[in-house]
Amino acid sequence: MVSRRKALTLGGLGAAGAAGVAAGATALLSGGGTPAAAAKAAADAIEFYGEHQAGIVTPAQDRLHFVAFDVITKDRADLIELLRQWTAAAARMTQGHDAGLIGAVDGIAEAPPDDTGEALGLPPSGLTLTIGFGPTLFRTADGVDRFGIADKRPAALADLPAFRGDALQAEISGGDLCIQACANDPQVAVHAIRNLARIGFGKVSVRYSQLGFGRTSSTSRDQATARNLLGFKDGTRNLKAEDTELLPQQLWAAAEDGANWMSGGSYLVTRRIRMIIETWDRTSLGEQEQIFGRTKGEGAPLGSAKEFDEPNFDAKDGDGMPLIAKDSHVRLAHPDHNGGAHLLRRGYNFVDGSDGLGRLDAGLFFMAYQRDPRKQFVTVQKSLSRNDSLNEYIRHVSSGVWACPAGVSGAADFWGRALFA
Amino acid sequence: MRRHLLVPAAVLGVAMLGLTGCGKDDKTTTGDAAGGPIAVSANDTACDVAKAEAPAGTVTFKVTNSGSKVTEFYVYAAGDRVMGEKENILPGVPVELKMELPAGAYETACKPGMIGDGIRAKFTVSGSAAPLTADAKLAAASENYQAYVKTQTDGLLVKTQEFAAAVKAGDVTKSKALYPVARTYYERVEPVAESFGDLDPKLDGREDDVEAGTEWTGFHRLEKDLWTGSIAQDGPIADQLVKDVQELVAKATTEKLSPLQLANGAKELLDEMAASKITGEEDRYSHTDLWDFAANLEGSKAAIAALRPSLEDKAPDLIAKLDSGFKGVETTLAKHRASDGWKLITTLSKDELKELSDSINAVAEPVSKVAAAIS
Repeated sequence: MVSRRKALTLGGLGAAGAAGVAAGATALLSGGGTPAAAAKAAADAIEFYGEHQAGIVTPAQDRLHFVAFDVITKDRADLIELLRQWTAAAARMTQGHDAGLIGAVDGIAEAPPDDTGEALGLPPSGLTLTIGFGPTLFRTADGVDRFGIADKRPAALADLPAFRGDALQAEISGGDLCIQACANDPQVAVHAIRNLARIGFGKVSVRYSQLGFGRTSSTSRDQATARNLLGFKDGTRNLKAEDTELLPQQLWAAAEDGANWMSGGSYLVTRRIRMIIETWDRTSLGEQEQIFGRTKGEGAPLGSAKEFDEPNFDAKDGDGMPLIAKDSHVRLAHPDHNGGAHLLRRGYNFVDGSDGLGRLDAGLFFMAYQRDPRKQFVTVQKSLSRNDSLNEYIRHVSSGVWACPAGVSGAADFWGRALFA
Repeated sequence: MRRHLLVPAAVLGVAMLGLTGCGKDDKTTTGDAAGGPIAVSANDTACDVAKAEAPAGTVTFKVTNSGSKVTEFYVYAAGDRVMGEKENILPGVPVELKMELPAGAYETACKPGMIGDGIRAKFTVSGSAAPLTADAKLAAASENYQAYVKTQTDGLLVKTQEFAAAVKAGDVTKSKALYPVARTYYERVEPVAESFGDLDPKLDGREDDVEAGTEWTGFHRLEKDLWTGSIAQDGPIADQLVKDVQELVAKATTEKLSPLQLANGAKELLDEMAASKITGEEDRYSHTDLWDFAANLEGSKAAIAALRPSLEDKAPDLIAKLDSGFKGVETTLAKHRASDGWKLITTLSKDELKELSDSINAVAEPVSKVAAAIS
């Protein structure tokens, strides 16, 4: 087996690797340590096996390649075999190895390689691969139970309701399976998805995929809060790896939730949110800050000094108006106004070229993990979609909800084993 | 209107393949010796073969068509490898065909109307023909495919001449009808044509393939004029097309592809489908891309079928994947039949095109493994 890690001394990094590492280093520097140590941390491998899937509370990497698949085989054994093959390839790739056992360049000349090769020489780059199962895997829109798992669909994996202002496009929404690839090098993330898609030919078909070039959330207190394309720090209040008391309540599904096989897993909601950045950029700084309810520079709640200060929703200005407006984003999204609902957000900025109208096709690929979307994302989004003054500048164009099972315990285990047991 | 006019020599070429690599001394038992030709009674709904078995060696069939449609008769080995075929069997005109069949399990098939999978029946050949060695099987693959290429290039010449004559006569309707038919023969063996340097650009070049200062010739030039302009001035283009096809036929007759080239050719045909047929860019004026698509598929399947005896030894697991893969594309494609041909690609929905694309990807993966398997 070719091990990409052979080439892992930092001096030996390819250009793409070095760029990815540099970006990772910037993000990690806020947590202290030397630049070299931070760069090494960004290049290192993240353990694939464990109680929970990696890629959820893992400190958010800088790059995303997300893909949703339609399952086209109707054969349960075929699907299970694919999940086994995917798990084995994911275990290899996350540790910096080639997707297949032979590798990109060590096979015979007549055969196409079992790894596509663009990650040769690149370090593991913090790659995590996280799988989720969509509602239609359990029962198709036509009501067909293709794989004999309809009765295993968790109640929490409910179809999302329609929200006010939704502009969802069917072809980039939903899906039977999803895989989130996050890494500190975009090439490593793309390589992983590309090879998994290839392994799946004939069994699954890519429904849509999304690249994210910069994280907008921090999932660890070691990370600085990143900014979205509206220029604001996003997800200051995010659930983080260190919230050890909140995580079992808010993030991880438990056996008592009803679906045993999801114990230790989590539910992911994905929303592609197009931002009309051109009109936003013509909005005055004061209005922008009113809309968010935070200062643009520090990210402090209006009326407070520091980013992590608790917002004071009762503070009034000289005219007796709330400092943090009723329709501001921070107020509407705050757990106190949503029955205590927290989300672990893991979104990424995207720019997918332009839209033909002289504008960038830009926005946020929103991803949020939680224990029960019905109580968490749906509650928050209902409130936001009705009242958020930000809605003038954003459109939700894609939507997905996914059951992400617990982690893979070891080489004998595979993604979805408990579901198909 | 598929493989409409095969010259008998070409049919024999295919029929002879079973013999290749066998000891010539094995020809002592023959179907004829065992009781004369086997009668096949065909009509529009039936294909009754008088015997379901025969001894190994030369087997002769006598096909009588009592239906109203023109029919075809095939004997297939596993994976639809053509062991012998006769096309254009007219009602009321009995025809005989001979073929060499080593021991094995076969299927007979009549194709009334000359479309579809045909009406099939099992046919068993028993006897003592010596099994081929691994090398002999690979050599037989090349010869089998060479014979296939010859049937296609012969058909290509005949149909191209008809097409060119219609163009020169100014018969737009007939020219448009013949355009996708003539291309079918080309598309089945396109990787072979592509191996002859500049012939493929001259025959099959698209407008944007042509370099400045070079005249645009070939099928697509005539396609554009037929569908969007006028063929009044296209006599020289039609003549040049026939001339180029003649050159192709001459070269293809002597060209023998190695088993490795066969395997890669099968993959290239699928790549053609995935890359330029599914997008509708190949036949952008006539939108007859599905004809090319079906032909590419048949060509790919024929190349893999030629390699099948080797694969049965070396990679039996792969065969099931190849079979189900090809069947998947055929089933999906069959939804888009239109009378004696195919729907225009512009009438397919995005979902239908994606379904076709998925089915090609499904078969292309196992096909991409064939080269290594036979190496």
